[in-house]
Amino acid sequence: MIDQLLQMSVIVGIITTGVRLATPFLLAALGEMFDQRAGVYNLGVEGIMMMGAFVGFWVALRSGSPWWGILAAIGVGIFMGLLMGLISITLQAEQGISGIGLYMFGVGLAGYLFRITVGYITGIEGFKPIAIPYLSDLPIVGQIFFNHNWMVYFAFLMVPVSWFVLYKTTWGLKIRSAGMTPEAADTLGLSVVAIRYTCLVIGSIAAALAGAFLTLGHTNMYADNISAGRGFIAVALVYFGRWSPWGILGGALFFSLVDALQLWVQVLGLNIPYEFAVMAPYVLTILALTVAARQIWGPAALGKPFNREGD
Amino acid sequence: MKSSYRVQLAILVIAVISALLVGAILLLIVRANPFTAYRAMLLGPFSSLYGLTETAAKATPLMLVGLGIVIAFRSGILNIGGEGQMIIGALAATVVALTFQNWSPLVLLPLTLLAGFLGGALYGAIPGALRAYFNVNEILSTIMLNAIAQQVLVFLLRGPLIDPTEIAYGTGFPQTQQLAKGIWLGKLIPQTRLHWGFIIAIVLAIFVYIFLWRTVIGYRLRAVGAGPKAARYAGIPVERGLILAMALSGGFAGLAGIVEVLGIHHRLLDGVSAGYGFTGIVAALFGRLHPIGLIPASFLFGALVLGADMMQRAVAIPAAIVLTIQGIMVLFVVGSDIFIRRPEWVEKITARWRPKASQPAQPVALSSSAASDQGEPPRD
Repeated sequence: MIDQLLQMSVIVGIITTGVRLATPFLLAALGEMFDQRAGVYNLGVEGIMMMGAFVGFWVALRSGSPWWGILAAIGVGIFMGLLMGLISITLQAEQGISGIGLYMFGVGLAGYLFRITVGYITGIEGFKPIAIPYLSDLPIVGQIFFNHNWMVYFAFLMVPVSWFVLYKTTWGLKIRSAGMTPEAADTLGLSVVAIRYTCLVIGSIAAALAGAFLTLGHTNMYADNISAGRGFIAVALVYFGRWSPWGILGGALFFSLVDALQLWVQVLGLNIPYEFAVMAPYVLTILALTVAARQIWGPAALGKPFNREGD
Repeated sequence: MKSSYRVQLAILVIAVISALLVGAILLLIVRANPFTAYRAMLLGPFSSLYGLTETAAKATPLMLVGLGIVIAFRSGILNIGGEGQMIIGALAATVVALTFQNWSPLVLLPLTLLAGFLGGALYGAIPGALRAYFNVNEILSTIMLNAIAQQVLVFLLRGPLIDPTEIAYGTGFPQTQQLAKGIWLGKLIPQTRLHWGFIIAIVLAIFVYIFLWRTVIGYRLRAVGAGPKAARYAGIPVERGLILAMALSGGFAGLAGIVEVLGIHHRLLDGVSAGYGFTGIVAALFGRLHPIGLIPASFLFGALVLGADMMQRAVAIPAAIVLTIQGIMVLFVVGSDIFIRRPEWVEKITARWRPKASQPAQPVALSSSAASDQGEPPRD
C-alpha cells in the first residue's frame, strides 16, 4: 500500500492535484485576509463560496460559456459582501454570528436554487488547461506547475499582488490602519466604514470566485456541499498564515496537498476507511490552529464594530 | 442604556416578519403562492393536535441545545459545535445503552442520559480548552469538530455499531439496533411523538436560569463573558471558566442528542442532529440569550421547522428553503440588535413620523426621554 503511494507517477499526480486544489484556498483566504486586515471578520465565506459555485455553474450551463459564469460569480460576491457589510459594519452586529447567518443563508439558498433550476447532476464545459509554452515541457515540474487552467495561475498570481497592495500602496496602509487603529484612521479623515465595505466586497468576490473554481475549473459540475468546509478552512488559513499573503500561500499548499492525498487515497482504494480520509483536513485544521495561534498577532480592532461615539 | 422589553419585543417581531417577507420573494421565484405557503407554515403547527405536539417535540432538542448556547454565549465563548456535540453525546450514550442493555431501566436510563451529557461535555471541552490555553478561535474549531463527529458517526454506524439485522438482510442501512424498550422516554400524549424529554427540557431551563443568575459559579461565568480582563482582576480563573462553559454547553447538546434517540428514533441513526445544533443557536439568540426567553423561542422555531416542513409539502418546494429562511432570520435578528443596544437608533427612525402626529411637541427636548419612559424599566 505504501509502495503504491510512492510510485513516481502517483507522487506527481498528488502534487499536481495539490497545486490545482490550492486555488480555492488561496482565493478565499486572500480575500478573507483583506476583510480581517480592515478589521472585519467574515465567517460567511463558506456560504459565499457555495453561492459562487452554484451561480457560476448555472450561468455557465445556460449560456454555454464558463466566462459568463465567472462574471455572475463576481456579481454574487458583490451582493454577499454588501449584505455582510450592511449587517456587520452599518448595523454593527456581532460578526461571529452574522457570519454564521450568512453561511446558513448562502448554503441554503445555493441548495434551494439548484433544486428549482437544475435539480440533477449534470456536467458543463469548464475551463481548459493552458500549457505555458516551454515551461510546461520541463520534466515533472512542467506538469506540476505549468499545465493548469487560468484560475490556478490567477490565484497564485494574487499572492504577490496582495502583498504589493497591502504593503507597498497607500491604499494598503489605509486598510491596515482601519484594522489596527480605526480611531486614528478616522481622525486622519479616512472613512473606516468605506474601507471596510470595500475590503468586504473584494474578499467576498474572491470567495465567490473560489466557489466558482470548484464548479468551473475543477469538477465541471455542481453538487450539494461541493465546498465541503473549504470556506471555513480558508478562514483558519488566515490565522495560520498570520495575515500575510506568503503565510497563506504556505498554508494553502499544505492543506491542498492533504486534500489531494485524501482524494488519491480514495481513488487508489487503499485500506483506510473512507471516513478517516475525509476527516483528515478537518483534524489538521484544528492542529494547525493550535500550533499557529499560540502567540498570535492580529489586527487589533478585528471583530470590533467601529462607531464614532467610540464605544 | 437598553430598550424596554416592549420595544425589544417589537424589534424582534419586526425582524421575523422582515425575514419572512424576504422568504416570500424566494417563494415567488418558483411561482409558489406565498400565502398558501405561509398559511401552511404559520397555521399548520397550531391547527391540530398533531401540529401542536409535533411542534413541542421539535422544540425539545432546540431548547436543550439552546440552553447550552445560552451558557456558552453568556460566558463569552461562541459554541457553533452543537451538531457535533449532539452526535458524540448520542453516540456515547447509545454505546452505554447497548452495552448494558440487560440492566434494570431504573439504573440504565439515568446512566444513559449521563453518558449523553458527558459525551457532549467532553467534546465541548476540547474547543474550550483550545481557546483557553492556545487561543484557538472556537468558532472554527467547533465547525471542524462538527465535520469530524459526522464522519465518526457514519464510520461507526456502517461498521462496528450497525444493527446486525441490517447485515443479515443485506440492506446495510447505517443505524444501530433498537435500544432496550425500558429506557425509551414515555409519551406525554399517546399516539403522538411528544415525550418526556419535553418536560426535562423545561425543568432544565429553570435550572440553568438559577445556575446563571443565582449561583456563584454562574455569576463568575457571566463575569468572564462580560469582560475577561475585569474578571481576571477580580480573581476569577478565566481559563477554567471558558472550559466549564463549553463543557456545560456541549453537555446540553449531548443530552439533546440522546433525548432525540430515546424519545423519537429509539435507535441511533445518521442525521440524528438534523440541524438542531444550528437552529438551537438561532432560537437562543431569539430568546435574547435567556433560559426562560428560550422556552417560547424554541416553540417558535420548532413551529418554524415543522411549518417549513408542512409548507414544503403544501407547495412542493425544496427543503433547503428552511435553512435559507433561518439564515435570513439570524441576519435580521443580529442586525436588529443595534436598535436594542442603542435606543437612540429607534428614536432616529420613529422621529421621522412623530412630529406630524404630535404637532405641538418641542422637537429637541422630547427625544432622549421618550424611548425609555414607555414600558417597564430594563431589568436583568
